[in-house]
This record gives sequence, structure tokens and C-alpha cells, in this order.
Amino acid sequence: MIEVSDLHKSFDQNNVLKGVNLKISDGKSMVIIGASGQGKSVILKCLLGLIKPDKGLVLLNGIDPNSKEKNIALAKIGMLFQGGALFDSLPVWQNVAFRYLNGKRKISTSEARKIAIDKLNRVGLKDSFADSFPSELSGGMQKRVALARAIATEPEIIFFDEPTTGLDPIMAQVINKLIRELVVEMGVTAVTITHDMQSVRSIADEVALLHAGTIQWTGPLKNIDKSKNKYLNQFISGSGKGPIETLR
Amino acid sequence: MIRLTARTGRLFLELCSFVGELIIFCFRILTNLLVPPFFLRAFFSSIIQIGWLSLPVVGITSFFTGGALALQIYAGGARFNAEEVVPSIVAIGMVRELGPVLGGLMVAARVASSIAAEIGTMKVTEQVDALITLSTEPIKYLVVPRVIAAVLAVPVLVGVGDSIGVLGGYVIGTTRLDFNNAIYLINSINYLEFWDVLSGLIKGAVFGCIISVMGCFFGMRCEKGARGVGQATKSAVVSASVLILAANYFLTEAFFSS
Repeated sequence: MIEVSDLHKSFDQNNVLKGVNLKISDGKSMVIIGASGQGKSVILKCLLGLIKPDKGLVLLNGIDPNSKEKNIALAKIGMLFQGGALFDSLPVWQNVAFRYLNGKRKISTSEARKIAIDKLNRVGLKDSFADSFPSELSGGMQKRVALARAIATEPEIIFFDEPTTGLDPIMAQVINKLIRELVVEMGVTAVTITHDMQSVRSIADEVALLHAGTIQWTGPLKNIDKSKNKYLNQFISGSGKGPIETLR
Repeated sequence: MIRLTARTGRLFLELCSFVGELIIFCFRILTNLLVPPFFLRAFFSSIIQIGWLSLPVVGITSFFTGGALALQIYAGGARFNAEEVVPSIVAIGMVRELGPVLGGLMVAARVASSIAAEIGTMKVTEQVDALITLSTEPIKYLVVPRVIAAVLAVPVLVGVGDSIGVLGGYVIGTTRLDFNNAIYLINSINYLEFWDVLSGLIKGAVFGCIISVMGCFFGMRCEKGARGVGQATKSAVVSASVLILAANYFLTEAFFSS
């Protein structure tokens, strides 16, 4: 269970989050949508404990990621960064098995490699890529490696930050399907932030629309096309007319 | 006038904030230094990067510096009929001052820049955030191994540089200044004390610490984009070089003023 209560965050004079409230049940896939610059990534960083909120509370399975128990919370999560954020000094398999090669979960190198290759296969990459370096892979392959790293320790919660940004439509759909398969198969709680409606329809159980620092609408995926919320309707239609201001 | 005062005040506050950040950063390094986990692979990789791969640069610099020093002292000493001091002054000058300082500056140019650029790029591509989400403290994984490696490797580089510098003086002294091989060597060794060598090595360790801390500090506070990485790299090299020269003065004062 993920709970976000009255979350506020400002950067200098810019109030990005003005009281965000969200509840995500276990095993559900929540997609947070919203226009660029509305604070979607800030919510995600607050959830991960990378940014400390000014006010409000975040709980990941009952643990505040901004408290001293941060590492307990982080041990149970996986994260897919927008650009992959793969360590370019390490080969692919060491990226995937990073947690098994370092820190408290350390196991033997051969075991770690075996797990890494298993996870690479799960995201559709052959064993032969294990010893490549991230810079030798295409954008889509890097996303798959990052996905393999996110699921490597079989986390309870996975965060996806703009999982399809920078990918062609075909590869984007492959990644969307892969994410959905993994979420269902592993039974994890997933939080995705995106502004790609194709991703929303492929990944989400529930959708939340963030605008002007607060959640303007939240509900099951099946309701998004029936909603009378003006913000949501404008976002789905991609229209320039509506309450969401556009710059020309 | 008010604008000038405001600007001065702002600069002073920025300086205080910068120094505060640096002190907190050093404190975080110290608190992570002795607490496991230890990243041995990162440490040995840093030893190779900082120590082994800097050897050619330090060696070549030291050789030519030793040679130039021999020529200068010979020319200067000739004014007082004191040409025979060349071997001892070259040895003492290299070991006490030029070896550590020039070695430190060359390593600063090579290593502080590379550390700042590498960590800065990791910062702007979210690799540092990724480390945190993988339950790994970035200071422990990225900074501590580099600082320990630099503190251990730079004195060794200084020692090698000292030897090559003295060799440079010997080669020039015996081939261009007509010194006898044996006498040059005897004069070099006889006038050199253990403390001369040790003080240079201690300076090397301090300079290694300065170089790695500056590289890591500016890399970790790198702002977004290529411009941020460039700025971090430049700041790391400039600050490491200035601090090395300043620290050299204070260490020399502490070691030799009495």
C-alpha cells in the first residue's frame, strides 16, 4: 500500500505540489498523468525519498522513505528511470545484479550473474548481451536492461518514470506490454508517471491526473473516457482549449 | 553604494554556504570511511585510475623538471663558484618541493577533472539517484574509494616522481654539465635526509586528499546539463590546484620553519 497525504513541495517561489493525496492499494497499477512541469517527477522523487517534502506524509507499506528507515523501504522497491540511469562503467549483467553484488544482499558472483541473465531473458534480451556495456545498446534495449534491474530483486513496489519516452511507437508498445505482464505476473504495486495515453491504457488499473499541484481526478482506467472532468477530458483529447493552459 | 554592499553581502553569504557545504561533505566522507560495506572493486579501480595511469604524466614532468633545475642551479651557482651544489640542491628541491607540488598539480589536472566529470555525468543522468534507489549510499560507493585511493596513490606517485626528477638532474648533470657520475650520485644522497623524503610523501598524501575531495565534491553538486558538467570539471581543477599550492605553503611552514 502506498499512501500520500497532503504532500507539499516548493522550489524557491515555485509551489509545485500543493497538497497531493493518493492511495494505491497492493497489487494495483496506478498511472499518474499530467502535463509537463506539473510535478509528476517531484511526486515520484518524494515517494523514493530522493526529495524531502516541505509538508505531508509519504508511506510505502507503512514506512516513510524520508525517515531513518529509508533503506528498509528502498530494499522493497524497484525503479525504472526515464533515461535508464544504467551505470556505464559496469557491464549489463552487473547493472542488473547490482544489489546482489553490493551491500546486504551480496551473493556469489556466479549466482548473481545467473540471476541477472535470467532477468535479462525475462525482458526479452539474449544471454549474449550480458557482457556488453550500456553504451553499446540501443535506447529500447537500455530500457529493457533498466527494467531487468528494477525487477531483479523481486520488489513489492515498482516505479516507472516515463517508461516510453524517447522510444519509437512499436518499441514503446513492447515496453508497455512488458511492464503490464511483469506487474500482473509478480503481483507488485506499480506507480507510473507518463503523459503518453497509449502507456496509460496499456499499464493502468487506476489513473490520477495531476494539475496545478493537486490531483484533479482519480479513478479506474475504465472510467477515464466517461469522466466529465474538464481537465481529464482536455488531457485525453489533447485539445488546446480547456482549463489546462497551453503556451503557443 | 547600496547595490555594491548588497552584492558583497550576497557573495559573502554564497562563500559561507559553499564552505559549509564542503565541511558537511567532508564530514559525510569521514562518517562513511570506516563503516561497511566497503567497495573493494571500486577502490582497486580507483588505484589504477589515479595511481598507475598517472605515472607517465608525473614521470615525464619530473624528469624535465629535474633536468631544468640542474641547469638553473648550475648557471646560478657559477656566479659564486658553487657549481658543485647542483646534485644536492636538485635532490633536496625535487624531494621537498617540486616533486610533491608538480606531481600534485599534474594529478589534479588529470584526476580531479576526470572524477568531477565522471560523477557529474552520473549526477545529471540520474545514475546517482539510481544508486540511492538500489540502497547504496553514493558517498560510500563513489567518493570514499576514490579518496582512500588518492591518499594512498599520490604519495607513491610523488616518490616515483622524486626519483625520476633526481634522475633527470643526474642525466643533465653528467651529460651536459660535465659532472662525474659517481660524485653526482654521492652528493645527491649524502645531503638528503630521511625527513626531506618523508615530508614530501606526507605532502603527497595531503594533496591526494585535496584532489579527490575536490573532484568528488564538485561532481556531486553538479547541476543539470553538459554546461554543469563542464563547470564542475573546471571548478574541481582550479580549486584543487589553488588548495594544493596553499596547503604546500602551510605544510612547508609547519615542517621546516623551525
